Amino acid sequence: MSIHVRGISKSFGAFKALDGVSLDVPDGMLLALLGPSGSGKTTLLRIIAGLEFPDAGAIEEDGEDITERHARAREVGFVFQHYALFRHMSVFENIAFGLRVRRTPRDEVRVRVEELLRLVRLEGLGGRKPSQLSGGQRQRVALARALAIRPKILLLDEPFGALDAKVRVELRQWLRRLHDEIGMTSVFVTHDQEEAFELADEVVVMNHGRIEQQGTPEAVFDHPATPFVMDFLGNVNVFHGRVENGRAYWHGIPIEYPDYPHAQAAEARVYLRPHELELSPVTGDGKAVAGDGQQAASLRAQVLRVSRSGAVTRVFCRPDGSDVEVHVDVPSDVARDLQLQPGMAVAIRPRKARVFLPGPEYVI
Amino acid sequence: MAPAGNSRRDRGTGRAGGAALAVAAVAIVGGLIVVPLVSVFVQAFAEGAGHWWAALADDPDTRHAIWLTLTVAPVAVACNTLFGVAAAWLVARFRFPGRSLLISLVDVPFSVSPVVAGLSLVLIFGRQGLLGPTLAALGWKVIFSWPGLVLATTFVTLPLVVRELIPVMEAIGPEEEMAAVSLGATGWQVFWRVTLPNIRWALLHGVVLANARAMGEFGAVYVVSGHIAGVTDTMPLRVEKLFQEYRQPASMAVASVLAGLALVTLVAKYVIEHRLEAEARDLARARATDDAAPHQTTGEVSP
Repeated sequence: MSIHVRGISKSFGAFKALDGVSLDVPDGMLLALLGPSGSGKTTLLRIIAGLEFPDAGAIEEDGEDITERHARAREVGFVFQHYALFRHMSVFENIAFGLRVRRTPRDEVRVRVEELLRLVRLEGLGGRKPSQLSGGQRQRVALARALAIRPKILLLDEPFGALDAKVRVELRQWLRRLHDEIGMTSVFVTHDQEEAFELADEVVVMNHGRIEQQGTPEAVFDHPATPFVMDFLGNVNVFHGRVENGRAYWHGIPIEYPDYPHAQAAEARVYLRPHELELSPVTGDGKAVAGDGQQAASLRAQVLRVSRSGAVTRVFCRPDGSDVEVHVDVPSDVARDLQLQPGMAVAIRPRKARVFLPGPEYVI
Repeated sequence: MAPAGNSRRDRGTGRAGGAALAVAAVAIVGGLIVVPLVSVFVQAFAEGAGHWWAALADDPDTRHAIWLTLTVAPVAVACNTLFGVAAAWLVARFRFPGRSLLISLVDVPFSVSPVVAGLSLVLIFGRQGLLGPTLAALGWKVIFSWPGLVLATTFVTLPLVVRELIPVMEAIGPEEEMAAVSLGATGWQVFWRVTLPNIRWALLHGVVLANARAMGEFGAVYVVSGHIAGVTDTMPLRVEKLFQEYRQPASMAVASVLAGLALVTLVAKYVIEHRLEAEARDLARARATDDAAPHQTTGEVSP
């Protein structure tokens, strides 16, 4: 079942949680709502579930307006951040709840619950109380409970937020496989970009109650639409630069920026991802060792610190004649070959850079 | 070694101070609570259990007073339970203008003298009162009658159930109820299957406290009852009347029944508080963000 969100706004007192949000979730898609806390992603999820009602706008399922429909009648499976399992009920009764309130015959309830216990790999634990389960197990009970009523849509609020790192990764992969098996339209909320990118077919980046960008993980990562998205998607070097005649300059290195063809120079911000920068050694005469014609595109700098973390080595450099720090991620084997050490002179070459003009909406 | 000497002396005075406080606490609790309570029973049974029973059972006015208390208190507590659950739900689950005013108003019966509460009821429901003529025309008697006793008792015990429920409902939060709604439960189903089981021990605690207060209430009931023996005298009023009539053994016999009920309350309260603590621990565990619960290897996700 497809979901269409049309111009939803919602305020809590003076706080604008959602500001004219529109969104399409095609049938069978696993979509991530990604954003920092307070960006409105949970509110949007709750409005889709009918647990909150919007001040303006409409929600449609398969083209049918369900904005006024009560949560009870929406046939939506909702997994809460802290699971919200019924503490006084057994695992079995938790999963059976949605069927019991629909007065499903006893035998049918038992068959369905057993089936779900198998699906979430909790066979034999039906008699336990939620307090006797681990976090990962509780998470799966919450999922089974939501799936019991055969919902048309599955909504998950920070589904892995309360789990430790190892269980989180396992459960993530498992949920992706489960989604591929069931093929139900699913939306989950997360503030963890890694989680969103690994799990989702499409990612929606939200900030201050608005959608910054929607697209496949690759599209969002490779072509961030706004400075916020660029910033939010992980550590990035941000520098002041200037732009004129279709080119931005970062320490004299030109970067193509056709969106600004004017001759009058303007301030711009240059975003450089650490892994999209390249380091090369500098020869004795001060020239960077690089292919012909690339010398102009590199920048002399001094290595300040080198810290190895697994397969990647983080190198912090200071460009000559400047007081900013540039963070460069180098594959650890390359770093070893370069014999990087503090004090060493290197050349930095950006393989890719993004330029944004600071607009009035520029907020991080 | 000055520092060592200091700390030793501090420890010495600390220990002595602690002991003095403990003795004072025991003396106060003993002198103000245990001794008077025991003396009530001693006096009540001074002439033997036979006399005690006769003092209770053979006097029709005393019998009526016991019966009246045992009917007025449950009715008042029932009113309070209904009001308490509804008000606590409202306050804990909804944000609306006047919410904090409502929370403060609920406490008024705690801060107002029960006598004033009784008088205010007379001013409204009495013959000269605001609603007096209307009630008289309908032939309903509130003051100097059973409904007045229930009203006065309900008034003074009003905060007990609400006050018990609000913090518990706020601690539990609305998520379980929301989950129930999203699973298709109606409002009643949510209340009976999710909310009530979650608050049952807090509710019972409030009910026990309200019941104890209801059975022991004197001031407000005194004003609205008109203390008509055999008609509107409750147990506390009966104790006072017998005492004024120099019938001390009979008075003490009724008092001992009230004190006995208080002891039963105490035991019930103790048991319930244990359950409440267990529930609070359970809630904390359910909220734990790490994998604190026993880890189960079977059924764990494996690729």
